[in-house]
Amino acid sequence: MQKIFTYCFLVLIGLCFSSCDSGTSKNEAKKEAAETRYLTIKGSDTMVHLVSAWAEDFMKLHQDVELSVTGGGSGTGIAGLINGTTDICASSRRINDKEMELAAGKGDTPMEVSVALDGIAVIVHPQNQVESLSLDQLQKIFTGEITNWQELGGADQPMLVFSRESSSGTYVFFQEHVMNRQDYTPRARLLPGTSALVQGVAADSGAIGYVGLGYVKNSADRIKAVSIQDQDGAPFIAPSNQAVQDGSYPIARHLFLYTNGDAQGTAKDFIDFTLSEQGQKIVQEAGYVPLQ
Amino acid sequence: MRTDNFMRILLVATASISVLIVALIFLFLGKEAMPFAFEPGIGKLFDSGWVPVSFQEERFGIYPLVAGSSLVTVLAMLISIPLSVVGAIYISEVAQPMEREILKPFIEILASIPSVVLGFFGLLVLAPLVKDVFGLNSGLNALTASLLLALMALPTIITISEDALASVPQSFKQASLALGASELQTIFKVTVPAALPGIMAAIMLGIGRVIGETMAVLMVSGNSAIISFFPLDPIRTMTATIAAEMGEVPFGSHHYQALFWIGLILLFVTFLLNAFSRIILKKYGMAQ
Repeated sequence: MQKIFTYCFLVLIGLCFSSCDSGTSKNEAKKEAAETRYLTIKGSDTMVHLVSAWAEDFMKLHQDVELSVTGGGSGTGIAGLINGTTDICASSRRINDKEMELAAGKGDTPMEVSVALDGIAVIVHPQNQVESLSLDQLQKIFTGEITNWQELGGADQPMLVFSRESSSGTYVFFQEHVMNRQDYTPRARLLPGTSALVQGVAADSGAIGYVGLGYVKNSADRIKAVSIQDQDGAPFIAPSNQAVQDGSYPIARHLFLYTNGDAQGTAKDFIDFTLSEQGQKIVQEAGYVPLQ
Repeated sequence: MRTDNFMRILLVATASISVLIVALIFLFLGKEAMPFAFEPGIGKLFDSGWVPVSFQEERFGIYPLVAGSSLVTVLAMLISIPLSVVGAIYISEVAQPMEREILKPFIEILASIPSVVLGFFGLLVLAPLVKDVFGLNSGLNALTASLLLALMALPTIITISEDALASVPQSFKQASLALGASELQTIFKVTVPAALPGIMAAIMLGIGRVIGETMAVLMVSGNSAIISFFPLDPIRTMTATIAAEMGEVPFGSHHYQALFWIGLILLFVTFLLNAFSRIILKKYGMAQ
């Protein structure tokens, strides 16, 4: 009885190995026949929809190319580029000095291409009477200095501050460019995603938060984007594609693709595609702002 | 006989895999966390602020996170222990076999709902409800998180408590009834005290489940790193912090290492809870 059991077991193991073998050889055969070119793109969660949309259309144009797109965050993407686990890194922020050093230590030279623009809209509840804010006021709101809408000419109502998680590129961008590098108030509620943030702001008339410009259009009936003033005396600018492109809207940023050294081969084809007319049209469709 | 030995070794190896994995997890967490102890020093963890991304001063104080985790755990247990223990007593001692057939599958379904789905439920249903009931400006707070966590701990505590109650020898109950005690007296004076170690262990495992839960808490707790023990304040737990920040943290930075310290502390706490519940079970001869 025991013998039979042992035999069965060994046969099973044997089957296991043989099937694994045939699996790999099949894959190799396929690879050789079609000469598929593989390319991995990793990075910013903000950009993952955009990059996927690009990849889809790019693969339609180039049947022999297989692209794999993953998110994980700009930091993850840059680390992947440095460690050599991705060919292209998508990042919603510039590579920082520490990461540059780390890359130099490994003999890498990350090269940067700006592929799209992203404006960040400050959103409030539609019933909020406040229509416009200055960067200075925004800084005071998000650092917790102003806690009631009355101080800004609104209703006597406590302010409810929403922010993205500190892992979000948008969090750091907002902190650097709007809050003058000050810390967020510890009472700010940090939400793990844009949709949760829109949900939160739509649910309370005292709420304020920030999201990418593209998301405002999709939920215009539930939230309201305020106009922003760069500095005293400057005009209040409503967030729009045009205002982001001509640089008059103060809270905007570039979105980047990074390669290790100058892009070559498939990577170069892909980056050229993102900058082409068709690629920039996809930028618009994905809710971001084309370069021109 | 050689095949016997071979099989024996194979089976021992298979059974030992989880021991090995736990040891390796401890080892690698420790390896990633350790550099923090030398630079910037372990004292940095004992700070009142968690401000990991800052242009001013990065602060890695775990007090707000420990406070947050403790608050939701205590609240969740206050809600779920009475419910689940009484529920287990009913299912095990009072319910008709027919009722049991209906109740038990539903409790098992509750156990198998993915926590992220419960998180959705919390975000869309529970948070607005808490907001309206207490007249708050946001329902994303410790209480909402605790309600969700209580829901998750229920099946764990019920199932294990029920096992403990069922394993009380029939002769105890018969002796009690024969002495003239009523059904209710028998349950609360004989059966429950006899099963108490098992129920304690069930509660410990429930606490372990609650401390370790991540996704649902991340979605509904508000995630503000403030030290507060008021249930209607937003709080940030240790698990949610790791889940939210690990994705973007620069590899090898102090922030990265600090997150590994939080992981180590969490692992250590759940390890203690598990060990403690096993000791209780073993002491009272309930472990298999």
